[in-house]
Amino acid sequence: MRNLGWLRVPFIFTYAFLYIPIAVLVVMSFNASKSPFVWTGFSTQWYTALFNNELIRQGFINTMIVAVGATILATILGTLLAIGVSRYFRSAIVEAYSLAPAIIPDLVLAIGLLAFFALVGVTLSLFSVLLAHVVFGMAFVAAVVIARIGQTDSSLEEASRDLGAGVVTTFRKITLPSLAPAIIAGALLVFTLSLDEFVIAYFTNGPTTPTLPIVIYSMVRFGVTPEINALAALLLLVSFTIVISAQRITRLTDAV
Amino acid sequence: MSASTTQSGRGAARRRALTGRAIFAGPGLLYITLFMTIPVLLVLVYSFFQRGRFGGIVWEFTLENYVRAFEPVYLNVLSNSLVIAGTTTVLALVIGYPTAYAITRLPKRWRTVALVLVVLPFWTNFLIRTYAWIVLLNSEGPINSSLVDAGIISAPIGLLYTPGAVIVGLVYAYLPLVILPVYASIERLDRQLIEAASNLGASRVRAFFDVTLPLTLPGVMIGAIFVFVPSLGNFVVPELLGGGKTVMVGNLIRDQFLEARDWPFGAVLALFVISLLVILFAIQAAISRRINGTGKRYAAKQVTHA
Repeated sequence: MRNLGWLRVPFIFTYAFLYIPIAVLVVMSFNASKSPFVWTGFSTQWYTALFNNELIRQGFINTMIVAVGATILATILGTLLAIGVSRYFRSAIVEAYSLAPAIIPDLVLAIGLLAFFALVGVTLSLFSVLLAHVVFGMAFVAAVVIARIGQTDSSLEEASRDLGAGVVTTFRKITLPSLAPAIIAGALLVFTLSLDEFVIAYFTNGPTTPTLPIVIYSMVRFGVTPEINALAALLLLVSFTIVISAQRITRLTDAV
Repeated sequence: MSASTTQSGRGAARRRALTGRAIFAGPGLLYITLFMTIPVLLVLVYSFFQRGRFGGIVWEFTLENYVRAFEPVYLNVLSNSLVIAGTTTVLALVIGYPTAYAITRLPKRWRTVALVLVVLPFWTNFLIRTYAWIVLLNSEGPINSSLVDAGIISAPIGLLYTPGAVIVGLVYAYLPLVILPVYASIERLDRQLIEAASNLGASRVRAFFDVTLPLTLPGVMIGAIFVFVPSLGNFVVPELLGGGKTVMVGNLIRDQFLEARDWPFGAVLALFVISLLVILFAIQAAISRRINGTGKRYAAKQVTHA
């Protein structure tokens, strides 16, 4: 820090800017007052209120269904895709195409999928949200796994094949174990992304099965309640835990 | 005989490559085509047809949706969005660049910690992060009350539901996406070039503007795209922090698809966002080719002079 000179100013500003709003939410979630702005004393009543809120509970269950399903599918497809792209294609265009769903603006993907589901006659439900979440989830898994493949050398796989092992055996015995950390990290990231994803879910969901972010959106739209602070604190805790675990499993920053 | 052996060997290798492509990449590429490429192309197709009464479309060709986008009401929203997204991008770069620079000067193990702390908020719920600013900027919120307590203002001022609040919310949402690519480009920078500049008598400011900044421009461009494009398409922040008074393209697109049920016109507006994305990436690619070219020429000169 000391040798940063004047760069300390923007450096400290950035971290204060990023974390003060989050800290305020967490502190206010323990506020006894009904106003989410004025601190009157410590209380955990908003957490109790949260657990008794039927809408939020249902939203949470819906979100978990989508997130678990999307994570499983995206992890399988994304891992295979990463291996296919880096081991068998070696083409920058195919790689860019595989990662495109992570870069395309969510609103564009959302309206495209809405139009597509309407055209082919897929009823909007949790299942259509799951299908949508797999697209970008797969790209994130592929990105993390491709980065990992770039660090490992392919001689073990070649040796395995030279010794007569087939594509499937080589994959099961050699490729998969060496990529395991990246695959787990990728899966954790997809899970968080799906858990928090709002825009695409908002467009591709049916009217009777709101996911948690959709519930939050309608709550926030109609005003500020301390219950949202409590929910925010819990969601932040979940995301932080998952992302830090993913980072410890593999160096996350390499892939982003 | 040896020729035929290598040929059959080559044939086997080729078959293995094709099997590998089909087994591994096949399902994923198919999935992306079905659930991303075709839907986006569908948006393009829809923009040329007439609207259905309850959403959807009627298959009659028209260019009217494009003409409509040039009506003053919509041109106004488009230019307004460009100004807000542009301001957001500039602010994010002004804050993000020096921060990224500072991170590259930290000791190795602190660098990782600093980077993780930058990305962490990005992986948390976007609505929650926007909601935090409703709490902060509210007339009863902590910013107003501390300004009043400090005697800087006598009564709370309206911070929320202004274009400024929208810009703050957007910078907050996308700042991590600027810092990462800029950090990567500064990290890759050849320090000897800067040393050379200062050895040749350039001041630190001059060395920065003549050497560091131009060479990190590809990273800056990537960061700018990652802020600018999603800012344009964001409808949540203008709604929650702008209070519906600031309308951006994203809001228009959302309304056309979910409320007005005019999908073809919504499609035209979405194409506006997509084409900006494509154009900006093309510019980025051109800049990065030029800079790599300069680097190579520089290296070649060094070799020939040695």
